[in-house]
Order: sequence, then C-alpha cells, then structure tokens
Amino acid sequence: MTSAHAIASDVRAGARRASDVLEDFLGRIEMHDGDVHAFNTVTADQARAAAAAIDAAVDEGRDPGPLAGVPVAFKDNLCTRGVATTCSSRMLEGWQPPYDATVVQAMTAAGAVMIGKTNLDEFAMGSSTEHSAFGPTRNPHDLARVPGGSSGGSAAAVAAGFAPLALGSDTGGSIRQPASLCGIVGIKPTYGRVSRYGLVAFASSFDQIGPFAADVADAALALGVISGHDPADSTSIPAAVPDFEAALGRGVEGLRVGVISELTGSGRNGAATGGPGTAGAAGEVLDGIDADVTERVHEAADALADAGATVGRVSVPAVTYGLTAYYLIAPAEASSNLARYDGTRYGLRVDGADVEEMNRLTRRAGFGDEVKARIMLGTFALSAGYYDAYYGKAQRVRMLTRRDFDAAYADFDVLLSPTSPCVAFRFGERADPMTMYRCDTCTIPSNLSGDPAMSVPFGIGAEGLPVGVQVLAPALGEEPMLTVAAALERAAPPLPAPPLSTVADPTEGA
Amino acid sequence: MGDGTAISSEQVAHVARLARIELTPDEIEHYTGHLGRVLEHAGELEDLDLADVPPLAHPYPLSNVFRDDVAGSPVDRDEVLSQAPAASGGQFEVPPVLGEEA
Amino acid sequence: MAAGWETVVGLEVHVELATDTKLFSAAPSRFGDEPNTNVTPVCLGLPGSLPVLNRRAVELAMAVGLALNCDIRPSVFHRKNYFYPDMPKDYQVSQYDQPICSDGWLDVPGGSRVGIERAHLEEDAGKTTHLGGADGRIHGAVGALVDYNRAGTPLLEIVSRPDIGSAAEASAYVEELRAILLAVGASDARLEEGSMRVDANISVRPAGSAELRTRCEVKNLNSLRSLRNAIDFEARRHIELYEAGEAPVQETRHWSEDGRTHSLRSKEEADDYRYFPEPDLVPLVPDDEWIAQVRAAMPELPASVRARLHECGAEPEDAQVIVDRGLAPVVLGAVAAGADSRRTVTHAVQNLALDGAELLDPDGLASLVNLETSGQLTATQAKTVLVEMCARAVTAMHATPAGAEDPSGSASAAALALDPTAIAAELGFEAMADDELETLVDEAIAANPEAWEKFRAGEAKVAGVFVGAVMKATRGQADGHAVTQLLAQRRDA
Ligand SMILES: [Mg+2]
Ligand SMILES: [Zn+2]
Repeated sequence: MTSAHAIASDVRAGARRASDVLEDFLGRIEMHDGDVHAFNTVTADQARAAAAAIDAAVDEGRDPGPLAGVPVAFKDNLCTRGVATTCSSRMLEGWQPPYDATVVQAMTAAGAVMIGKTNLDEFAMGSSTEHSAFGPTRNPHDLARVPGGSSGGSAAAVAAGFAPLALGSDTGGSIRQPASLCGIVGIKPTYGRVSRYGLVAFASSFDQIGPFAADVADAALALGVISGHDPADSTSIPAAVPDFEAALGRGVEGLRVGVISELTGSGRNGAATGGPGTAGAAGEVLDGIDADVTERVHEAADALADAGATVGRVSVPAVTYGLTAYYLIAPAEASSNLARYDGTRYGLRVDGADVEEMNRLTRRAGFGDEVKARIMLGTFALSAGYYDAYYGKAQRVRMLTRRDFDAAYADFDVLLSPTSPCVAFRFGERADPMTMYRCDTCTIPSNLSGDPAMSVPFGIGAEGLPVGVQVLAPALGEEPMLTVAAALERAAPPLPAPPLSTVADPTEGA
Repeated sequence: MGDGTAISSEQVAHVARLARIELTPDEIEHYTGHLGRVLEHAGELEDLDLADVPPLAHPYPLSNVFRDDVAGSPVDRDEVLSQAPAASGGQFEVPPVLGEEA
Repeated sequence: MAAGWETVVGLEVHVELATDTKLFSAAPSRFGDEPNTNVTPVCLGLPGSLPVLNRRAVELAMAVGLALNCDIRPSVFHRKNYFYPDMPKDYQVSQYDQPICSDGWLDVPGGSRVGIERAHLEEDAGKTTHLGGADGRIHGAVGALVDYNRAGTPLLEIVSRPDIGSAAEASAYVEELRAILLAVGASDARLEEGSMRVDANISVRPAGSAELRTRCEVKNLNSLRSLRNAIDFEARRHIELYEAGEAPVQETRHWSEDGRTHSLRSKEEADDYRYFPEPDLVPLVPDDEWIAQVRAAMPELPASVRARLHECGAEPEDAQVIVDRGLAPVVLGAVAAGADSRRTVTHAVQNLALDGAELLDPDGLASLVNLETSGQLTATQAKTVLVEMCARAVTAMHATPAGAEDPSGSASAAALALDPTAIAAELGFEAMADDELETLVDEAIAANPEAWEKFRAGEAKVAGVFVGAVMKATRGQADGHAVTQLLAQRRDA
C-alpha cells in the first residue's frame, strides 16, 4: 500500500501515472471487496476518466493539486452529481443528486479521484454498519466482526487498502469508532470547520465530515483540503485554515494532556506523572469500558509523558450523561430531517389511495428498523407534553457538557480517552439498542460540544484486534490535537496488518 | 419514566401517525419495547437540577450569517424530474390530497 | 351587529417580501414562469441542501417592524413539522417564540390604535394543483401536481392583537397596513394576487365586556369585501349560537363565494407541530447600528404624509387619493418648490389619475402650476400639458434599459419628462404677453361698439361677446379670466 502523500508527490513529479495508481486500487477492490463489502458503488469508469484527466494535466505541465491522483472513497451519504447516493437505504436506492457536496468538490479540485461510494448504517444511524439496507461491511482485520459504524465502509476501505483516503461523517462517533475498530486514523473536525453542504443530514447540529487515512499525516493532508468556510453552510466557521501538516512535527513538550477520569475507570487507575491536577468535580466513572482498551489509553498517556508532555487526570462529569442527551436530541433532529422522504420528489414511492397513505406506505417500506425507531423516538421527544422533559432537558445537558469541557480546557490543551469502549465485536453481538448505543459513550461528548476529536491506533486489545485512543481538543484546536496524535503514532506498538493485505497485493512493487 | 413504562403502545401508535410510518400491531409492540428501553435510560436526567442551565442548540456560537439577495442559477428541471417517482408537465405528480382545501 | 354584542377581530396578514431571491436560497423569487424552473436544491428540499438567510428579506422585515412601532429583537428560526406535498422538506422554517418584530401598533386612520403582537419571517410553500376534481377542487380529485417555484418565497407574517371591533375597522387596518408596506417597499401587497393574504380570528362578546371568547380563524379572504363580509357573517353565526344556548368550536373555517364560512376537516396532528430550533440556521441578532441604518433608509410613512398633505389644504379624502396614487412625493415636492398648494392638490386629485403621474418631477409640476397661477397658461392648457408630461415620463422610463446601471432610473426618467414651458410651446400654447392680449381685447371692443356700450352701462353678460372674439382670434388659447379682467379695467378707466 502506498500513502496519499507518496502517490500525490509521485504523480505530481510525473514518476507515476494516476491511471496506474487507480488500476492498482481497483484491482484490490476487485479481489477483496466481495469479502469486505466496503462499497455500495465502485465508480471505475468515472475514476478512469478522472485519472486520465490528472495525467493529462501533468503532461501539460499543470499541477493537479495536493491530492494529485489519490483515489478517495466517499461515504454514500455525500452527494455526488449523477452518481447514486443511497445512504444505504431502500429509500434513496438509485437516487442521483443533481449536485456535488462541497467536500466532494474540494477533494476533486485538489486532484483526488473518486473511486466509489462506501457502505454505512442506514442514514448513518448505527455503530456497526449492520444496519445497511444492502448488507453489512466486514472488518478487514477479522471478517467475522463489524468494522464499526456508521462510516464502516469508509473505514474498511482504507484498512483493506482499497483507497488511501476516505471521507466519512461523524454524528456521535461515526468516523472515530470505525477508525478505532479498523486500526486506522479518523478525524472528526470542529463542528463548522468542514462544510456540511451536500452531506445528507442525520442530526444537523452534530453531523461533521472528516477523513480516514492509514496514518496521521495523510489524515491531516485530507483535512486541510476539505476545511474552510463555505457560504452555502450557515454553520460553517469563517476561520482561516491552519497548516495542519505543520503541526505534526511540533512535539508535545510542554503540552498539557488530561486523561478523562470518567472514561478510563477500569484498568489502571493511578494518576499519570506530573499532572497539573484534577479539573472540576470528580464525576462517576462509567463502567462498560473494557480493561484492555483503558490500559492502552494509560500506556498512550505514559508515552506522551515520556515525550515531554505534562499528563494528568481530569474530570468531565457531564460525559456520563452524554449518551442520554445525544439519544434524545439526535433522533429529534433526525425525525425532522428525514420527513422529506415522503415519496414525492425523489427516491422510493409506494403508491397509496391518497398522499397521506402514499407517505405512510413509502416510509414503511423505505426505512429500516433502526431508522424507524429513531424517527419515532425523536418525534416523541419533540411532541406536545414531552418536549421539556426530553428534548429541552437534553439541550441543557448539552450546555453542561460545553461548560465541563471549558473547565477541563482551562487546565489542559488536549484530553485523552478511549475511542470505543471495546474492540471490534462479532456480527449480531450488540443487537439490543442500548448495548449498541453504548459504543458511542466516549465519542458522543465531542459531538455535543462540537469540539474536534480523533482516533489514533495504539496497540491491540483482546484477540489481537486494534485499539484506538481518542485525542480531544477545544474548538478549532485541531493543531495541538494532531501534534499529540502524531506523537502517539510514533510511540505506538506496530499493528499487525489486516490479513487481507497478506493476500497477493497488486499494489506491491507498483 | 424509569419504571419500564416510559412509553405506551398507544403513544407509539400516535407517534407513528405523526411521523407517517405505517405499522402493524406487532411492530407497534416491537417499537414500544425499543423506544421504552431508550426512554427508560433517559430517566437518569430526572435527578439532574438543570434549572440554571440554559439550553444549547448550536455547538459553535455563530450569529448573523446571510447571503446577498442575488439570484444564482436554478437546477436543471429535467435532471431533477428524472429522479422523481412520478412527474407530468414539468411538475411532480402525487396521489390525491385529502383534508384541507389548499 | 345584534344589540348587546360586540365583534372582536385579530388579523394575521402574510405578505410576500419584495426580494429578488428566496428566503433561504438563491433561486429567483419570481412568478409566472414555467413550473419548477425557479428552484435550487434548497427549494426542493433535496437531501444535503442547506438554507442561508437572505439579508434583504431581514432588512425589509425590520423596516416593516419599525414602521409598525415594533421592537426589533434577536430572533431564532424554528422548524414547524407537518407533512404536506407542496412543502418540500415537510417542515416550514419560521420564527416561533422569538420573532424579529414584536409589540408594536398601527393607528387606523379615523379609527383606533391596533396592537401588533408580532411580525415574523417564514418561508412560503409551493403550489398544488388538484387534478380531475370539479373546478380543480380537492373533492373527487384523482391526483395532484406540485410546482415548487413559490416554495421558499420570503413571507412576513404580521399578527395583530384582537383590538379590531368591526368589519369596517378590519378593512381600514388592512388598507393602512398595505399603504405602509408599499411605502417602505416591502411588498407589492396585492390581496387579489395573493402577495398579501389575510386570515381573520373572529369572536364576539357581550358589549362592554373584556373577555375573549372562542375564536374561529377564517381563511381564503382574497379581497377587502370578502374580509368585511366574512367578519359580519362569522360574528352573526357566533351570536346566533350563543343566543341559542350553544357555543362555537375553535376551528379553522374557509370563506367561500356563497357568502358563508365552512368548517375545514381538522387533522389529528394539526396542533402538534413539534417546533424546535432550526439547527441549520444560526441566531439573527440585529445590532443597534444596523437597526439605525434601516430606520434611516426608511421613507416617510403614509400617516405623516397625509398630515403634511392636510397642511397643504388637502381634505382627508383627497390626501388619501394622493397617497393611494403614489403622488404624495410629487405633490409635497412641488409645494416645497413654491407651487400654490391648493392648485397642486387640485391637479393631483382631478387630473392625475394617470400612468406616469408618480414619475413627474416635483420641480416640473411646480413650474406648471406657476405658469397657470401667473396666467401664462389657462386651466385647460395646464391640464393638457400635465397629461403630456405624464405620457412623456412613461416613455422615458421605458426607454431606460431594463436593469439599467443607473440606480436612479426613475428619477432620471422624471427629469426627462421635460420642462412644461417647452411642452406648452410645442403644443402651440404660446404664453401670451400681456400687451398682446390687451391689443386683442381692444380690437374686440372696436369691432363691437354697440355691445361695448351695453357693457359700460352695466350689462355684464355681454362680456361673452368680447371673450368669444378674443378666443376666436387665439383659437381658444387665451385666458378667459384675464380677458374679463381687462374688460373691467377698460370699463372702469
Ligand atoms: Mg399563522
Ligand atoms: Zn405563517
């Protein structure tokens, strides 16, 4: 496998043809995606045309951009003009948007080549990609296990070597958790850092697009390409985009790193070296976070301390209520966002005697079980007589989360926690909704606050499966977050390659 | 809340009507259980004193975001209608609309 | 009104704001085009599309709010959730508990002060055409067609307090509101064409009581006459119910051509809209500076204009006519430029029900009035010149290229409406020198010695002989009044 950096610099220098690079990756997809099912659609023809255009540009002495010839996979909830955008739902099967998402435009403008659209939990609602209407994606590290979700297809595509880069969306952890389970890097940027225009909405005040990559440097490269103000998204932040890659080599000396107490209760409980103390009142320690995972987080903290960071423990009490608040607000927004799938303008229609019946039958047939459950949950949370007790209260918890993070960031530059409470689990193992929802315990708080967070592979846990450590930072704090992530990557024990990559690799020696 | 009866099957049926999702009686029972387990969990918020905590709707504090009143180009009608379940004469076609006079 | 009862009316008025584009999308906000051609992904509610607020719509809302003496406050858009095929997202984005304008009032001319509860911004829906039912009505329809060209058009919903006590007062309120909307340029506010839509909340109560009884909301009022008739009908219906020992039910009713209101089948979910803050839009926080800018850019309001016209001698009805014709700036400008105010008002009321009248240059009108009052033009000639000035103003405006770069297009058109002196000359209305007229009068006397003797003896009616002779000599262009004066001078000399 080759990194996005290596491909782009080779293609720009004329040392490799984008078309050859593409064929290598298409070959891997051809060989292995039958097992993995990372893709809903492989856009081979369109990709060949795009790669040829990149090659032509190079031939003419033009620079195709920082992602010249880099194949990229887009989660199938990102609008791509004329290319099916399904959200892995029967409801939108075959729907071809008349426009590209802003991030799709940005990646293409930077020279990236769309190689396909990746599988997800239907409308991004899930943590395992088991809720796709088109069948689950398998974890390249163990085909009997889930890749995480909802961006499981994008994570698996990068982990399996089908594309050096992929984009996903993260509403409650949907980039970071699958990145963790697949042993790769995944970033959820600050809410508003990356335009949401063209991302099919799940929960608008949480949704944020971000990159997957095999290493921190590639992820930072992609993040730089998709970041920036977009006048088409009112929640887009009008802030300059820093040079993210410059942050990678800065070193962690002097950085203050806080390990979130509530999310690292089991396993080793001792304070790490030389912390500036505990911020805030100690909250209850959440159980359900596996010891092997917590242990890796403490090792990561130690590694940062060894590299010169100041490490301490920090309490962020509101994270213990995050899951509950999230599972009221996000479905509430989703119930409204998904009302438009009514059989009138696009997507599925099941005919009825009148419009109302057509709506009901269409939505019955078009949505899967989990989507229906969340729409109804959200409808209930907003309905007359329940708004204050559910939606209203959850929004106040959201403010508490904001305040608790603000307090923590008064003492620390970045925070650490597990990304996922567990390593990749087997299909069907978390069928109960609350059990599944708990996969998001550690990732949800950053969606409530809107702050950036990312997952970096750091060793293995039970049964040799990858463990991800989550690095959290305050709003627009992607630079210190990436600095710490790069330091962790340097200190991480080597990760066994997914078994797939030991099968004949057409990119080898290319 | 918190006693396992956070939502009744009648409430689920009502919510399904509001959300325009056709459900069988069996499905109503299924979702009563599903929603009940989540709402039961929400009972933990009951004990929180949030009287002095204002609600937070937006994760990043922006205000006054506008566009100028300048027309852009519309989408291609044929491209859009080609994706519609039914269209006629440049319009989207639906079954009869009952209820309120338009 | 039946004895012992009084009517209580509150009005909800939706007006389409006069923007070039929609409230949340850059699609042209224009009517009459082919269906579904003025739409973007936002107007169609396409997955992934996002709204961005039109600054101009906000400024127009603020201007109306200021004209209605409202507080301009920070506001938040909410989603109002319900399913309807012409609402592309199946929710309407509208301001709910934090409207941009609140707590104002409107003084109804010759009537009372009506409280304004709020005015808020929201998006319009598309248009559904029912197929197959008689007259395109819903009943018996076999299907429907949906056009989203109107979807997303900015609406300002202006909600009055229940301070209106009669059909006539409701009508006057709407007329005055319309005048304000036109004055600030917020809307063309045409009831018949639907760019202004009035819903009336109607109830009755025992005369002199302050209670608010069950109200019914009546829709489909597309003329002032419908509004008045519907209020009278509905109030009578309530009174009859109460007097029969029954009571009306709170509901929405439809006014129809048969002169009655009809109950609309209310839907179960109709009152559970599950409002919540629109996460795709951020709060709107107008600061003092912006509010001051909008206020400074506002034109004079109709009530103030009428008061100034009154000072110029216009009776209230004449003032209203002048305002309705959009002639107040021309009239007041001409008076300010030194024209005789009564003469100017008279022209505006009697001679200027014309296209192009509002384009007249106030200085030009002043010159014309001066020509007349100085006797250089007769009243008849002045009117003829005025008609020509209006016609040339219209021609000049049309000659200005559409979307002209010149932002003061209409002002320059008015300037081109030419000098009345020049027009009078072109028409052959040579301003007659006094000595020329005197010569003509003397010639007429000399030609009719017998008549002159009679005139000198006090027989005033024979003056017609001389006036007729002078008119004949000037082909009707002499000022008869001046001739009469000269005759009197000669007699008394
Ligand atoms: Mg209303
Ligand atoms: Zn309204």
